[in-house]
Amino acid sequence: MWKWFHQLASPPHFYRIAPAFSTWLLLPGLALIAYGVYSGLFLAPMDYQQGDAFRIIYIHVPSAYLSLMAYMIVAVAGGIGLIWRMKLAHAVAASAAPLGAWFTFLALATGSIWGRPMWGTWWEWADPRMMSELILLFFYFGYMALRAAIDDTAKADKASALLALVGVVNVIIVHYSVEWWSSLHQGQTIMAEGGPAMDPGMLYPLLANIFGFTLLFGSLLLRRTRTEVLFRERRTRWVKEMILAPEGQS
Amino acid sequence: MVTGPGALTARLSAEGLTLFRGDRCLFRNVSFAVRSGELLILEGSNGSGKTSLMKALVGMLDLENGVVSWNGKPVSEQRQVFHGALVWTAHRVGLKADLTPVENLRYEAALRPQGDDGLDKVFERLEISRLKPLPLRSLSAGQQRRVALARMLLADVPLWLMDEPFTNLDREGRALVMDLVKEHLDEGGMCVMAAHQDVEIDAPVTKVVLR
Amino acid sequence: MTDQGPQMPGLLVGLVAVARRDLLLAWKRPGDVLNPLFFFAMVCTLFPLAVGPSAEQLTFSGPGVLWVAALLAMLISLNSLFISDFDDGSLEQLLVSPQPLPLVGLGKTAAHWLTSGLPLVLVSPIVAITYRMPGDVVLVLMLTLTLGTISLSLLGSIGAALTVGLHRGTALLSLLILPLSMPVLIIGANTVSLAAGNETYSAGIWALSAYAVGTLSLAPYATAAALRISNE
Repeated sequence: MWKWFHQLASPPHFYRIAPAFSTWLLLPGLALIAYGVYSGLFLAPMDYQQGDAFRIIYIHVPSAYLSLMAYMIVAVAGGIGLIWRMKLAHAVAASAAPLGAWFTFLALATGSIWGRPMWGTWWEWADPRMMSELILLFFYFGYMALRAAIDDTAKADKASALLALVGVVNVIIVHYSVEWWSSLHQGQTIMAEGGPAMDPGMLYPLLANIFGFTLLFGSLLLRRTRTEVLFRERRTRWVKEMILAPEGQS
Repeated sequence: MVTGPGALTARLSAEGLTLFRGDRCLFRNVSFAVRSGELLILEGSNGSGKTSLMKALVGMLDLENGVVSWNGKPVSEQRQVFHGALVWTAHRVGLKADLTPVENLRYEAALRPQGDDGLDKVFERLEISRLKPLPLRSLSAGQQRRVALARMLLADVPLWLMDEPFTNLDREGRALVMDLVKEHLDEGGMCVMAAHQDVEIDAPVTKVVLR
Repeated sequence: MTDQGPQMPGLLVGLVAVARRDLLLAWKRPGDVLNPLFFFAMVCTLFPLAVGPSAEQLTFSGPGVLWVAALLAMLISLNSLFISDFDDGSLEQLLVSPQPLPLVGLGKTAAHWLTSGLPLVLVSPIVAITYRMPGDVVLVLMLTLTLGTISLSLLGSIGAALTVGLHRGTALLSLLILPLSMPVLIIGANTVSLAAGNETYSAGIWALSAYAVGTLSLAPYATAAALRISNE
């Protein structure tokens, strides 16, 4: 088991096995998303309150969930890289951050589109979940800006890992304080409090999309990390040998 | 002024030190040992990694490989003790320009074990007594460096780490530095010095050359 | 290995020495202390100019405006927490001293709060009165600002440590600290609003206190780690 872990931590090994894993994740992921989107858009019954507008949750909910999960990955991978000095962990963190930021943006955009018919406006400040999501986007920006500002890769890895770990604690606190603030100012939320009390016809496509998007995220993360690894290791011998190897070798 | 029984048998050793900065390897497999009464000179041209080696010794930079040991135990297991046994004169003076030498050194006194010599005596030794009430900013670079040397004299520690200590000093200043080092070695202390000039001293000297 | 040699200074000695040195430095440069205060006052002047000086608006927006202005003023002053030490090399010396870095960092942060947070708290009543804030609400404001600026100093020290020595560190520092400081802002400002509306506000005070205690116990370690990373 440790041998596998140690092997995994080796950049050339990861570089070799990543595409296969990425495809294994991608295909089921796309299939699930296809099912989820189709049945969500066409087959699921209409919501009695929101009409057809609610259908955007099939994109909104997975995006929001992934935006949070990606931040956790950034923090955990950064922590692993910081404590166990694993270079690959830092590469994963660096790759996960832009993906997470995009999903956050997607969650905000779909939330805004959803909110337009509900709130009557493109942005309702008082919605706590949207506010938390917006602040999460700022956390991502800070992380990526710090990385970009430090030239030395190893130093940038460590500094941003520390920032992400500090941020993880704060993300939780932000969530609760925004909820409290929203309760003071009596805003409308776009998501009803009851979750699983949904009609199965609505729920299954949603679950399918959540899983599907997660697999898609995993697949994208692997591909991105692979490129990141190649860039970081560009001056090492194994990369040079691989590039110079004759045709026919992967 | 190095007191205490531990001082006479102190030993700093390094084995297999390798350091990378980004992708560049600064030095590989450097090993040496310094004992009480000995001087170690790190030689090398500018940019050869002398300062980085010193920083790695004190723990400011992470080594790719290798172990630094103080009195037989790895430094990583006894950071505080090791730091309490050394004083470092770096490139930058490390003092506040707005404060006078006295104010600066009074603050420094709280950071590490202090010897018996008072500020006045140390200032006399360094020939900067008349500069005591002036803010550091109004002193010349050479005078500021002498104040930085006071940090070493005031502290009661066996290991002196000096990174290019002759910077900005005139010939008298350089002779003074060597006198101070000699006195320190005679009392049982040890010194690691990075220099790109020739250093002459009447004491056991080891040289490590970085290319 | 028993140390019968020279005496190592006690742990708190380092903290106190660093704090004293920084206070002495601030004494010699009063501008560094006054500038953020002027900034605070000026920002509070901007809002009536921009939005209108009606009594309603002032009382309604007072807590929020004062809190935002205090947050921004703290941000400005946090910039310089480690920069001068980094530039003249005294930060390196601290990294190499036997004094525990978290305590040393805490000493600097404490001195920083005494020269930035505390003056803000003391000056806030003057501005609050211009916003027609009643006396008892002003007291709540000062209490929330005290607790809040303590947390902000501590959180800010982490950000300052991460960005010290970076090109354009100033703008980056704001980008890093603002998201972290949003909970404090939310709770602080809204607690004062609740007090202004004669509602119970103790929950907010407790939350701010807990936050201050939490950051006090955790931030110094993060700051020390960040200082080490920045000095590589």
